[in-house]
Amino acid sequence: MLTKVLRNVRALPFALLIILATVLPVLAGPFEDAIGKFTTDDFSDTEEAINAIATSGNPLAFTVISALQDGRLMFDADAKKVYVTQPDGKSIDAETGAPVASVPDSASAVRLNNRLRRSVEAAMSGLTLSSPDAGKRIEAAQSIFKTHDEAMLLAIEGALAKETNKDAKQAFTAARGAILLFKDDATEAQKLDAIAAIRDRGDQEALAMLSDVPADQPPAVTHAVASAIAAIQSRLAIWSAVQNAWYGLSLGSVLLLAAIGLAITFGVMGVINMAHGEMVMIGAYVTFVVQQVIRNSFPGLFDYALVIAVPSAFIVAGAIGILIERTIIRFLYGRPLETLLATWGLSLVLQQAVRSLFGPTNQEVANPSWMSGAFQLGQITITYNRLWILCFTLAVFVILLAMLRYTALGLEMRAVTQNRRMAASMGIATSRVDALTFGLGSGIAGIAGVALSQIDNVSPNLGQSYIIDSFMVVVFGGVGNLWGTLVGAFTLGIANKFLEPVAGAVLGKIAILVLIILFIQKRPRGLFALKGRAVEA
Amino acid sequence: MVTKKLTHEIVKPLTRRSWLAGIAGLALGVAGFSAARADDDTIKVGVLHSLSGTMAISETTLKDTVLFMIDQQNKKGGVLGKKLEAVVVDPASNWPLFAEKARELITKDKVAVVFGCWTSVSRKSVLPVFKELNNILFYPVQYEGEESERNVFYTGAAPNQQAIPAVDYLMKEEKVKRWVLAGTDYVYPRTTNKILEAYLKSKGVKDEDIMINYTPFGHSDWQTIVADIKKFGSAGKKTAVVSTINGDANVPFYKELGNQGIKATDIPVVAFSVGEEELAGIDTKPLVGHLAAWNYFESIKTPANEQFIKEWQAYTKNPKRTTNDPMEATYIGFNMWVKAVEKAKSTDPDKVIDALPGTKTPNLTGGVAEVLPNHHITKPVYIGEIKGNGQFDVVWKTPGLVAGDAWSKELPDSKDLIGDWVGKKCGNYNTKTNKCLGQGS
Amino acid sequence: MPHVLTRSLDRSATVFLMAVVACGVLIPLSNLLLPAGSLFQVPTYLVSLFGKYVCYAILALAIDLIWGYCGILSLGHGAFFALGGYAMGMYLMRQIGSRGVYGNPLLPDFMVFLNYPKLPWYWHGFDMFWFACLMVLVVPGLLAFCFGWLAFRSRVTGVYLSIITQAMTYALLLAFFRNDFGFGGNNGLTDFKDILGFNVQADGTRAALFALSCLGLIVGFLICRAVVTSKLGKVLIAVRDAESRTRFLGYRVESYKLFVFTLSACMAGVAGALYVPQVGIINPSEFAPGNSIEAVIWVAVGGRGTLIGAALGAVVVNYAKTYFTSGALAPYWLFMLGAMFILVTLLLPKGIIGTFNSWWEPWKARRLAANAASAAREDGVSEPNMAE
Repeated sequence: MLTKVLRNVRALPFALLIILATVLPVLAGPFEDAIGKFTTDDFSDTEEAINAIATSGNPLAFTVISALQDGRLMFDADAKKVYVTQPDGKSIDAETGAPVASVPDSASAVRLNNRLRRSVEAAMSGLTLSSPDAGKRIEAAQSIFKTHDEAMLLAIEGALAKETNKDAKQAFTAARGAILLFKDDATEAQKLDAIAAIRDRGDQEALAMLSDVPADQPPAVTHAVASAIAAIQSRLAIWSAVQNAWYGLSLGSVLLLAAIGLAITFGVMGVINMAHGEMVMIGAYVTFVVQQVIRNSFPGLFDYALVIAVPSAFIVAGAIGILIERTIIRFLYGRPLETLLATWGLSLVLQQAVRSLFGPTNQEVANPSWMSGAFQLGQITITYNRLWILCFTLAVFVILLAMLRYTALGLEMRAVTQNRRMAASMGIATSRVDALTFGLGSGIAGIAGVALSQIDNVSPNLGQSYIIDSFMVVVFGGVGNLWGTLVGAFTLGIANKFLEPVAGAVLGKIAILVLIILFIQKRPRGLFALKGRAVEA
Repeated sequence: MVTKKLTHEIVKPLTRRSWLAGIAGLALGVAGFSAARADDDTIKVGVLHSLSGTMAISETTLKDTVLFMIDQQNKKGGVLGKKLEAVVVDPASNWPLFAEKARELITKDKVAVVFGCWTSVSRKSVLPVFKELNNILFYPVQYEGEESERNVFYTGAAPNQQAIPAVDYLMKEEKVKRWVLAGTDYVYPRTTNKILEAYLKSKGVKDEDIMINYTPFGHSDWQTIVADIKKFGSAGKKTAVVSTINGDANVPFYKELGNQGIKATDIPVVAFSVGEEELAGIDTKPLVGHLAAWNYFESIKTPANEQFIKEWQAYTKNPKRTTNDPMEATYIGFNMWVKAVEKAKSTDPDKVIDALPGTKTPNLTGGVAEVLPNHHITKPVYIGEIKGNGQFDVVWKTPGLVAGDAWSKELPDSKDLIGDWVGKKCGNYNTKTNKCLGQGS
Repeated sequence: MPHVLTRSLDRSATVFLMAVVACGVLIPLSNLLLPAGSLFQVPTYLVSLFGKYVCYAILALAIDLIWGYCGILSLGHGAFFALGGYAMGMYLMRQIGSRGVYGNPLLPDFMVFLNYPKLPWYWHGFDMFWFACLMVLVVPGLLAFCFGWLAFRSRVTGVYLSIITQAMTYALLLAFFRNDFGFGGNNGLTDFKDILGFNVQADGTRAALFALSCLGLIVGFLICRAVVTSKLGKVLIAVRDAESRTRFLGYRVESYKLFVFTLSACMAGVAGALYVPQVGIINPSEFAPGNSIEAVIWVAVGGRGTLIGAALGAVVVNYAKTYFTSGALAPYWLFMLGAMFILVTLLLPKGIIGTFNSWWEPWKARRLAANAASAAREDGVSEPNMAE
């Protein structure tokens, strides 16, 4: 209760501002004083300044507050001057709005902490309720919805009356509903309308708000609240299942990407490549290097760094793969378990090599702007990076499948897999096919590294964390079958994500492992078993 | 039949021969092992940090720090007129190997002191070795407390020097009412969360306002958990996440936070294991405003810190090399040891252990670190907010220095315990019963 | 039994046993009797270190028994080793009694600060040494029996079996990491005080443990010899070389496999139990799949299908690890270890002993050609057929 009162008190100035800003002429004095407070580099002074500026009604208020939010508000403690660096690079004096040639070097940005950031946001929502940008208006309405201050009711109703945009209108209605619902002197009809508006929102916040409604309401209101809660809950339950499915698909795509290279080297060639994870790691480091080069030399291309990294990683990892095949693995064909040992040794060497070259710490690989952030689909949040990785994985899978089916190399690969001697008799240079197949598998692992660098650490240990999961996927799906790998990866991903909320992350994973062990008893050769004579070979 | 007879014939002479061969081989082996003998002109300092395996990511820097400190000390003329010599071993993130290497450092290399360990389990693994062979370990990492050993000096933070001030800050400054305690499932987060849970409840936080979540090491798929946090945080009360998530798992966690749009102004995350080194692997722009609690930040402007950073970057020949809290703890520990050795005029572990409590040395942030009788030290506590450039902006600090508690006051079983190696000569002394526990009955 | 023993003991086996006995007697004696600092005195830390190697050698024997002679490649044998270790660790924890830091007579320290109200049921009985020893055999044996019964009956073979054994040890790793599981989580069990009333840190106890480990190695070796040279062993080799054919000949392949797998798991458990008091800690990282793979590599380095080779490989690789991780070589040790694995598989496909035998045997055969041409073949060291 106390907090609510406090909140109301804090928000009161903004409400006043909105009313006053349109009516009153510019007041000299408080604004200038407030600006001066930024120069003390003290959080409570800064907060006072924000509140004073927000209520000053000065036309520069929006410029100053938005500059503060973006870290463009500079202060010079010695000269007691405050400047705004505009987004276009020009600078103005924050007090007068007069252009200045340049901000002195001794100036530094006004510091914020979270409390101040919230004050700034609140100030901004007051200032943007009538912004020409509909998105900004919706944001402002959202933050009013969260605080449901009675003081904002007038402003919201004013804005609602003028509003023409459909989404913004809905947001304003919900915000107005939230205020009315908690207003002690609102009529029963108003409250029922409010509940309907909040129910339409239908998200977690709406649910929280309805559960917060005080108990001393007329029976009709209590009843409406209860039924609204039930309706929202049942809707959210469906959405949470959709969300789990999406998370499962996303996890499955990561598993598939990590395992698909292994499905080639292990599944098609029968080579147990324990250094597979290190190929993934190399791919991630190639991404890092490409990003570094582009950042330093062609900053304009930065958003395309990943696009350039994909072929680079394929080539580098593929070349290293071919080198490994030519120098080590080809001497070990027919002895699959010994390749396991040699490649294990190799993985140690590669890890340490990367550690010596790049250092043991994580390297920063940034998300390009088109892979950052998320969008809302109904009640679930879909992050762009996960979505892109899913699309990318499926693209890699389709290309690989097409390659195996429609190209000469693919034909040769399948021939060598099915019957090496017969293929050799038919004139296929089996050793060349072996090298290329291994190179292909390694190259795809390298591509996986590009994608994984977007969601995971880029460190020498990157590969280690995926190797066991990759083997599980390939074995579960059935060795030697790409479709099996696909189905295996998504099954494990989705099963994992549906188990996680029930059992927790660790137990969920243990359960999956036990299920795999039991599943293998039922189908000793995986989901999609190869049939025929090749099986016993 | 023939074979049997033959075997008998061959076995007889060979028996004698194999005995001889065995003995000769053994002698050679032993001679090879004990070939390294201590050189009397130098004082040997053991460095026991993983240089490979999963912990190399954090520990390699500390190895470099010790080497840097030794280099600096030698430039000043060494200690007691002798040069210091580092003995570096690689326990490879393998816990039994930690014990083996500690034993090797003390017995074979005859080191006077060891700087090392990061994880709790590595410390627990070497502990019996240090007790048995009576040597000194300086442990530079924040940890769960509940320990005070004669042979170990804890220069990192105890829970009351990191976790509790951070929670206090969130309660006072951010008015947080609902808490997510997220951690990796090992002993440090478990104990810290236990302490925090007890502390929060003592401040009137209800059960349903605390969510505790554990994940395995190196957890990389945070979608579900981040969504859960979001859900938990949208219940109308101000929510914060207290993260004791360990090293490797942090990058994907923060990336997911950033992408799912959890802003610090909505749900701040305060972390105890995320420092400048960890942030070096993340684009911090979406994370601005999330918090970390440490006893040191690179961005703190003091002459001592600026000089340390300059010399460190010159030593590593890397102008971008960051510093972090465990490095400062190593710095403090090293200087403490040097002081105590000079005070005791000997490197004999018994004398140095007795000389250490009460030793004071300046830390890098303008305060004084003093070794307490419980072998922990005094530290200031800082709360920093992540900035867009991967550094921290200090937004709050404790008014004075906080003395490290070996035993948490929040846990029922340890609230009566104290560590006192000066008066009581006991690490777990029960002040209620006036008995030193763990001595058998 | 005497007949079995004589038949199973050929010359190299005798040399091996003599060497182990010599170590088991001389190293402890030298450690205890000679003055510290003398050239031939074995320092205590070396006694523990060698003790660790010997335990690894027992584990290697166990792996060789199933991989070298029966073709079952288990990438999860570390799990049995660790389970045996945990059983012994639980006994050692219970022995601490009220000497823990909280002075709680019943609960180990980690349970006190994680607020366990009482001892979990599965910790009961471990205060008795005989019970712990029984569990050292029973727990790994039972797990191996159940796992093997499922896997062999449904004819899971080759890489599939290898991968699911890896899944098994990985699942156990995750389970033991959980603090709620009641085994101390990541910190595991540590800070042991005494075993059967003897202080685990005393030189005498260490020497005795070392001697016991050597005894364990000898017994393990004799059991393995007895198995592989018996008729049972011949069937195992047949299973390794042609499983289907053996089955068609009327042998119940899965029963043979199950027997030898369970036996091997019990041996691994004993190795773990001997290992724990000597290194002073048991923690979930022993379940890490990497550890199990490394153990397989010891066998490959020493020589698959030669019991002596397995034991020797364990010692050689671990000695190399100890040696490389200290001093100036420390930053490069992974390069050397990795290179060693690669070179051994490429250049010495039969491992050290296997390669040695392939040089030695023709020479010996020539020498003995006159009257005992068959000696070499009866040697018991048949060359493993690597085909899977």
